Amino acid sequence: MARREIGEINAGSMADIAFLLLIFFLVTTTMDVDSGIARKLPEKTDVQSDVIVKEKNVMDIVVNRNNQLLVENEYVKVTDVKRLAMKFIDNGGGLGTPIDDKPGEPCDYCGGDKDPNSSDHPSKAIISLQSDRGTSYGMYISIQNEIEGAYTELRNKLSKKLYGRSYDELLNDYKDNPSKSLQDRLDDLKNKYPQIITEPEPIK
Amino acid sequence: MSKFKKKKKGLPAISTASLPDIVFMLLFFFMVSTTMRETDLLIKKPVLPVASEVKKLELKSLVSTIYIGKSKDTRISGDKIQVNDKIVEVKDIPSFIFSERALRKEDEVKFMTTSIKADKLASVGTILDIKEQLRDINALKISFSTSKGNDLSSNYK
Repeated sequence: MARREIGEINAGSMADIAFLLLIFFLVTTTMDVDSGIARKLPEKTDVQSDVIVKEKNVMDIVVNRNNQLLVENEYVKVTDVKRLAMKFIDNGGGLGTPIDDKPGEPCDYCGGDKDPNSSDHPSKAIISLQSDRGTSYGMYISIQNEIEGAYTELRNKLSKKLYGRSYDELLNDYKDNPSKSLQDRLDDLKNKYPQIITEPEPIK
Repeated sequence: MSKFKKKKKGLPAISTASLPDIVFMLLFFFMVSTTMRETDLLIKKPVLPVASEVKKLELKSLVSTIYIGKSKDTRISGDKIQVNDKIVEVKDIPSFIFSERALRKEDEVKFMTTSIKADKLASVGTILDIKEQLRDINALKISFSTSKGNDLSSNYK
Protein backbone atom coordinates (compact mmCIF):
# COMPACT_ATOMS: atom_id res chain seq x y z
CA MET A 1 0.00 0.00 0.00
CA ALA A 2 1.60 3.10 -1.14
CA ARG A 3 1.19 5.89 1.34
CA ARG A 4 0.58 9.04 -0.47
CA GLU A 5 2.80 11.78 0.69
CA ILE A 6 0.76 14.69 1.95
CA GLY A 7 1.95 17.77 0.21
CA GLU A 8 2.84 20.83 2.18
CA ILE A 9 0.09 23.35 2.43
CA ASN A 10 0.92 26.37 0.42
CA ALA A 11 1.32 29.27 2.78
CA GLY A 12 1.93 31.78 0.07
CA SER A 13 -1.47 33.41 0.44
CA MET A 14 -1.07 33.80 4.18
CA ALA A 15 0.48 37.18 3.65
CA ASP A 16 -2.50 38.28 1.58
CA ILE A 17 -4.95 37.29 4.28
CA ALA A 18 -2.91 39.04 6.90
CA PHE A 19 -2.69 42.13 4.73
CA LEU A 20 -6.43 42.15 4.36
CA LEU A 21 -6.92 42.05 8.12
CA LEU A 22 -4.21 44.61 8.60
CA ILE A 23 -5.87 47.05 6.23
CA PHE A 24 -9.19 46.54 7.96
CA PHE A 25 -7.72 47.46 11.33
CA LEU A 26 -5.75 50.32 9.84
CA VAL A 27 -8.95 51.84 8.53
CA THR A 28 -11.07 51.34 11.63
CA THR A 29 -8.45 52.39 14.12
CA THR A 30 -8.62 55.69 15.94
CA MET A 31 -5.51 56.41 17.86
CA ASP A 32 -6.76 59.44 19.75
CA VAL A 33 -6.05 59.41 23.42
CA ASP A 34 -8.71 61.21 25.33
CA SER A 35 -7.05 63.99 27.24
CA GLY A 36 -8.35 67.15 28.73
CA ILE A 37 -8.52 69.53 31.62
CA ALA A 38 -9.75 67.67 34.67
CA ARG A 39 -12.08 69.45 37.03
CA LYS A 40 -13.92 68.40 40.13
CA LEU A 41 -17.33 69.95 40.60
CA PRO A 42 -18.31 71.21 44.03
CA GLU A 43 -20.76 69.02 45.86
CA LYS A 44 -24.26 70.29 46.21
CA THR A 45 -25.32 70.97 49.75
CA ASP A 46 -28.70 71.94 51.11
CA VAL A 47 -27.23 74.11 53.78
CA GLN A 48 -26.04 77.36 52.39
CA SER A 49 -23.54 78.70 54.82
CA ASP A 50 -22.52 82.26 54.39
CA VAL A 51 -18.80 82.50 54.30
CA ILE A 52 -17.37 85.94 54.51
CA VAL A 53 -14.46 86.34 52.21
CA LYS A 54 -12.38 89.44 52.05
CA GLU A 55 -12.48 91.26 48.76
CA LYS A 56 -8.71 91.17 48.44
CA ASN A 57 -8.69 87.37 48.65
CA VAL A 58 -10.76 87.05 45.50
CA MET A 59 -9.41 87.47 42.02
CA ASP A 60 -12.30 88.40 39.78
CA ILE A 61 -12.14 87.24 36.20
CA VAL A 62 -15.08 88.30 34.09
CA VAL A 63 -15.47 87.35 30.46
CA ASN A 64 -18.23 88.70 28.27
CA ARG A 65 -19.96 87.37 25.18
CA ASN A 66 -17.46 89.03 22.89
CA ASN A 67 -14.71 87.02 24.56
CA GLN A 68 -13.26 90.09 26.24
CA LEU A 69 -11.68 89.71 29.62
CA LEU A 70 -11.70 91.77 32.78
CA VAL A 71 -9.37 90.85 35.60
CA GLU A 72 -9.87 92.94 38.73
CA ASN A 73 -11.74 95.47 36.59
CA GLU A 74 -8.93 95.90 34.15
CA TYR A 75 -9.05 94.91 30.54
CA VAL A 76 -6.43 92.21 29.86
CA LYS A 77 -5.57 89.56 27.32
CA VAL A 78 -5.92 85.82 27.97
CA THR A 79 -2.18 85.38 27.87
CA ASP A 80 -1.84 87.72 30.86
CA VAL A 81 -4.12 85.66 33.07
CA LYS A 82 -1.46 83.16 34.08
CA ARG A 83 0.99 85.83 35.21
CA LEU A 84 -1.70 87.75 37.11
CA ALA A 85 -3.05 84.58 38.74
CA MET A 86 0.43 83.52 39.86
CA LYS A 87 1.11 86.94 41.30
CA PHE A 88 -2.21 86.86 43.10
CA ILE A 89 -1.92 83.33 44.53
CA ASP A 90 1.70 83.60 45.52
CA ASN A 91 1.33 86.99 47.18
CA GLY A 92 1.16 85.77 50.78
CA GLY A 93 0.43 89.14 52.34
CA GLY A 94 -1.19 87.86 55.52
CA LEU A 95 -2.09 84.81 57.58
CA GLY A 96 -3.35 81.48 56.28
CA THR A 97 -6.52 79.65 57.18
CA PRO A 98 -6.57 78.48 60.80
CA ILE A 99 -6.43 74.67 61.01
CA ASP A 100 -7.85 72.87 64.07
CA ASP A 101 -8.07 75.96 66.29
CA LYS A 102 -4.50 76.82 65.56
CA PRO A 103 -4.11 80.38 64.39
CA GLY A 104 -3.23 80.89 60.76
CA GLU A 105 0.40 81.24 59.87
CA PRO A 106 1.99 83.51 57.33
CA CYS A 107 3.02 81.85 54.10
CA ASP A 108 6.69 80.95 54.50
CA TYR A 109 7.06 79.40 51.05
CA CYS A 110 5.48 82.12 48.95
CA GLY A 111 7.70 84.13 46.65
CA GLY A 112 5.25 86.97 46.13
CA ASP A 113 5.38 90.69 46.86
CA LYS A 114 3.56 90.44 50.21
CA ASP A 115 1.25 93.20 49.03
CA PRO A 116 -1.32 93.84 51.78
CA ASN A 117 -3.94 94.63 49.15
CA SER A 118 -3.69 91.25 47.46
CA SER A 119 -4.33 87.72 48.71
CA ASP A 120 -3.36 86.71 52.26
CA HIS A 121 -2.30 83.15 51.68
CA PRO A 122 -2.54 80.57 48.86
CA SER A 123 -5.02 78.63 50.97
CA LYS A 124 -7.28 81.68 51.04
CA ALA A 125 -6.79 82.88 47.49
CA ILE A 126 -9.96 82.34 45.52
CA ILE A 127 -10.18 82.71 41.78
CA SER A 128 -13.61 83.59 40.59
CA LEU A 129 -14.41 83.01 36.94
CA GLN A 130 -17.60 84.62 35.83
CA SER A 131 -18.59 83.96 32.27
CA ASP A 132 -21.42 85.01 30.06
CA ARG A 133 -23.79 82.45 28.57
CA GLY A 134 -22.65 83.56 25.17
CA THR A 135 -18.93 83.22 25.78
CA SER A 136 -17.37 80.73 23.43
CA TYR A 137 -16.21 77.45 24.87
CA GLY A 138 -12.75 77.91 23.37
CA MET A 139 -12.26 81.09 25.37
CA TYR A 140 -13.55 79.44 28.53
CA ILE A 141 -11.12 76.55 28.12
CA SER A 142 -8.26 78.96 27.44
CA ILE A 143 -8.89 80.74 30.74
CA GLN A 144 -9.23 77.46 32.61
CA ASN A 145 -5.99 76.39 31.01
CA GLU A 146 -4.20 79.56 32.11
CA ILE A 147 -5.43 79.14 35.69
CA GLU A 148 -4.38 75.50 35.72
CA GLY A 149 -1.02 76.60 34.31
CA ALA A 150 -0.56 79.12 37.10
CA TYR A 151 -1.13 76.49 39.79
CA THR A 152 1.10 73.96 38.08
CA GLU A 153 3.92 76.44 37.74
CA LEU A 154 3.70 77.48 41.39
CA ARG A 155 3.70 73.85 42.50
CA ASN A 156 6.60 73.12 40.19
CA LYS A 157 8.59 75.98 41.65
CA LEU A 158 7.97 74.96 45.22
CA SER A 159 8.66 71.32 44.48
CA LYS A 160 11.97 72.21 42.82
CA LYS A 161 12.92 74.16 45.92
CA LEU A 162 11.95 71.45 48.39
CA TYR A 163 12.76 68.23 46.59
CA GLY A 164 14.88 69.25 43.61
CA ARG A 165 12.32 67.85 41.19
CA SER A 166 9.33 69.55 39.67
CA TYR A 167 5.76 68.65 40.52
CA ASP A 168 5.20 67.17 37.06
CA GLU A 169 8.26 64.96 37.43
CA LEU A 170 7.07 63.81 40.84
CA LEU A 171 3.69 62.97 39.31
CA ASN A 172 5.42 60.89 36.66
CA ASP A 173 7.53 59.17 39.29
CA TYR A 174 4.39 58.40 41.23
CA LYS A 175 2.80 56.86 38.17
CA ASP A 176 5.81 54.60 37.66
CA ASN A 177 6.10 53.57 41.26
CA PRO A 178 3.44 54.68 43.69
CA SER A 179 4.98 54.96 47.13
CA LYS A 180 3.73 56.43 50.34
CA SER A 181 6.44 59.05 50.65
CA LEU A 182 5.83 60.33 47.13
CA GLN A 183 2.13 60.54 47.77
CA ASP A 184 2.76 62.55 50.92
CA ARG A 185 4.93 64.95 48.98
CA LEU A 186 2.32 65.39 46.27
CA ASP A 187 -0.45 65.91 48.80
CA ASP A 188 1.69 68.41 50.62
CA LEU A 189 2.31 70.38 47.45
CA LYS A 190 -1.37 70.26 46.59
CA ASN A 191 -2.28 71.51 50.03
CA LYS A 192 0.20 74.33 49.86
CA TYR A 193 -1.28 75.57 46.62
CA PRO A 194 -4.87 74.34 46.65
CA GLN A 195 -6.99 75.07 43.62
CA ILE A 196 -9.87 77.21 44.76
CA ILE A 197 -11.85 78.22 41.74
CA THR A 198 -15.40 79.39 41.92
CA GLU A 199 -17.75 79.90 39.03
CA PRO A 200 -20.69 82.10 39.89
CA GLU A 201 -23.93 82.05 37.90
CA PRO A 202 -23.29 83.19 34.36
CA ILE A 203 -24.42 86.57 33.15
CA LYS A 204 -27.61 86.18 31.17
CA MET B 1 35.92 24.54 -18.93
CA SER B 2 32.31 24.15 -19.73
CA LYS B 3 31.87 22.52 -16.38
CA PHE B 4 32.45 25.79 -14.62
CA LYS B 5 30.37 27.89 -16.96
CA LYS B 6 27.31 25.85 -16.23
CA LYS B 7 27.29 26.95 -12.63
CA LYS B 8 26.49 30.52 -13.53
CA LYS B 9 22.94 31.22 -12.47
CA GLY B 10 20.78 34.26 -11.81
CA LEU B 11 20.47 35.73 -8.36
CA PRO B 12 18.34 33.56 -6.08
CA ALA B 13 14.91 35.03 -5.37
CA ILE B 14 14.60 36.88 -2.10
CA SER B 15 12.77 34.72 0.33
CA THR B 16 9.39 36.16 1.21
CA ALA B 17 8.70 33.50 3.79
CA SER B 18 9.03 35.98 6.64
CA LEU B 19 6.69 38.47 5.06
CA PRO B 20 3.60 37.02 6.78
CA ASP B 21 5.40 37.30 10.10
CA ILE B 22 6.10 40.96 9.58
CA VAL B 23 2.57 41.63 8.47
CA PHE B 24 1.17 39.70 11.41
CA MET B 25 3.28 41.73 13.75
CA LEU B 26 1.84 44.95 12.34
CA LEU B 27 -1.60 43.41 12.42
CA PHE B 28 -1.36 42.57 16.09
CA PHE B 29 -0.09 46.04 16.88
CA PHE B 30 -3.11 47.62 15.27
CA MET B 31 -5.49 45.09 16.76
CA VAL B 32 -4.25 45.87 20.23
CA SER B 33 -4.08 49.63 19.87
CA THR B 34 -7.36 50.00 18.06
CA THR B 35 -10.48 51.36 19.63
CA MET B 36 -13.54 50.82 17.56
CA ARG B 37 -15.73 53.84 17.22
CA GLU B 38 -18.82 53.03 19.20
CA THR B 39 -21.00 55.98 18.44
CA ASP B 40 -21.78 57.60 15.17
CA LEU B 41 -21.81 61.32 15.51
CA LEU B 42 -25.17 62.84 14.66
CA ILE B 43 -23.84 66.34 15.17
CA LYS B 44 -21.01 67.99 13.34
CA LYS B 45 -17.72 66.68 14.61
CA PRO B 46 -16.71 69.01 17.44
CA VAL B 47 -13.49 70.89 16.87
CA LEU B 48 -11.86 70.56 20.26
CA PRO B 49 -10.14 73.58 21.77
CA VAL B 50 -6.40 73.48 22.35
CA ALA B 51 -4.92 73.43 25.84
CA SER B 52 -1.44 72.90 27.21
CA GLU B 53 -2.19 71.76 30.77
CA VAL B 54 -3.88 68.52 29.83
CA LYS B 55 -4.14 65.31 31.75
CA LYS B 56 -4.64 61.96 30.14
CA LEU B 57 -7.91 60.30 30.98
CA GLU B 58 -7.21 57.11 32.83
CA LEU B 59 -9.57 54.17 33.11
CA LYS B 60 -11.21 54.49 29.76
CA SER B 61 -13.92 52.03 30.63
CA LEU B 62 -15.22 54.39 33.30
CA VAL B 63 -15.58 57.38 31.03
CA SER B 64 -18.92 58.52 29.69
CA THR B 65 -18.77 61.03 26.91
CA ILE B 66 -21.05 63.91 26.12
CA TYR B 67 -20.69 65.56 22.73
CA ILE B 68 -21.65 69.15 22.15
CA GLY B 69 -21.62 70.77 18.76
CA LYS B 70 -23.60 72.28 15.96
CA SER B 71 -26.26 70.37 14.10
CA LYS B 72 -25.30 68.85 10.79
CA ASP B 73 -28.14 70.79 9.23
CA THR B 74 -26.74 74.29 8.89
CA ARG B 75 -30.21 75.82 9.08
CA ILE B 76 -30.55 74.75 12.70
CA SER B 77 -28.66 77.03 15.02
CA GLY B 78 -27.70 76.53 18.64
CA ASP B 79 -25.77 73.78 20.36
CA LYS B 80 -26.84 70.19 20.15
CA ILE B 81 -25.95 67.62 22.79
CA GLN B 82 -25.37 64.03 21.89
CA VAL B 83 -25.01 61.07 24.19
CA ASN B 84 -24.71 57.53 22.92
CA ASP B 85 -26.60 57.50 19.65
CA LYS B 86 -29.12 60.23 20.04
CA ILE B 87 -29.44 63.95 20.41
CA VAL B 88 -30.83 64.91 23.79
CA GLU B 89 -31.80 67.93 25.83
CA VAL B 90 -29.92 69.17 28.86
CA LYS B 91 -32.53 67.72 31.20
CA ASP B 92 -31.88 64.21 29.84
CA ILE B 93 -28.27 64.23 31.00
CA PRO B 94 -28.99 62.78 34.48
CA SER B 95 -30.82 59.78 33.05
CA PHE B 96 -27.89 59.17 30.72
CA ILE B 97 -25.45 59.20 33.64
CA PHE B 98 -27.72 56.90 35.62
CA SER B 99 -27.85 54.42 32.78
CA GLU B 100 -24.06 54.58 32.50
CA ARG B 101 -23.77 53.94 36.22
CA ALA B 102 -26.04 50.95 35.98
CA LEU B 103 -23.56 49.30 33.64
CA ARG B 104 -20.69 49.58 36.08
CA LYS B 105 -19.95 47.87 39.33
CA GLU B 106 -21.07 49.72 42.39
CA ASP B 107 -17.63 50.41 43.76
CA GLU B 108 -16.48 51.77 40.43
CA VAL B 109 -19.15 54.42 40.27
CA LYS B 110 -17.20 56.93 42.28
CA PHE B 111 -14.32 56.78 39.82
CA MET B 112 -16.52 57.48 36.85
CA THR B 113 -15.60 60.51 34.83
CA THR B 114 -17.69 62.49 32.44
CA SER B 115 -15.77 63.69 29.44
CA ILE B 116 -17.20 66.72 27.72
CA LYS B 117 -16.26 66.94 24.07
CA ALA B 118 -17.48 70.29 22.99
CA ASP B 119 -16.86 72.37 19.94
CA LYS B 120 -14.76 75.42 20.62
CA LEU B 121 -17.52 77.62 19.26
CA ALA B 122 -20.17 76.17 21.56
CA SER B 123 -21.50 78.60 24.12
CA VAL B 124 -20.49 78.38 27.74
CA GLY B 125 -24.15 78.57 28.77
CA THR B 126 -24.76 75.06 27.48
CA ILE B 127 -21.68 73.73 29.24
CA LEU B 128 -22.63 75.36 32.53
CA ASP B 129 -26.16 73.94 32.28
CA ILE B 130 -24.72 70.47 31.86
CA LYS B 131 -22.34 71.02 34.75
CA GLU B 132 -25.29 72.00 36.92
CA GLN B 133 -27.14 68.83 35.94
CA LEU B 134 -24.07 66.73 36.74
CA ARG B 135 -23.75 68.42 40.11
CA ASP B 136 -27.36 67.60 40.89
CA ILE B 137 -26.73 63.88 40.58
CA ASN B 138 -23.28 63.90 42.15
CA ALA B 139 -21.31 63.09 39.02
CA LEU B 140 -18.55 65.38 40.09
CA LYS B 141 -15.55 64.25 38.08
CA ILE B 142 -15.49 65.89 34.73
CA SER B 143 -12.91 66.43 32.07
CA PHE B 144 -13.06 69.04 29.36
CA SER B 145 -11.70 67.21 26.40
CA THR B 146 -9.07 69.16 24.52
CA SER B 147 -6.32 68.53 22.07
CA LYS B 148 -2.81 69.15 23.28
CA GLY B 149 -0.92 72.12 21.98
CA ASN B 150 0.85 75.22 23.09
CA ASP B 151 -0.66 77.75 20.76
CA LEU B 152 -4.01 78.67 22.21
CA SER B 153 -4.77 81.51 19.86
CA SER B 154 -6.95 79.31 17.64
CA ASN B 155 -9.41 78.96 20.53
CA TYR B 156 -10.71 82.49 20.23
CA LYS B 157 -10.87 84.83 17.34
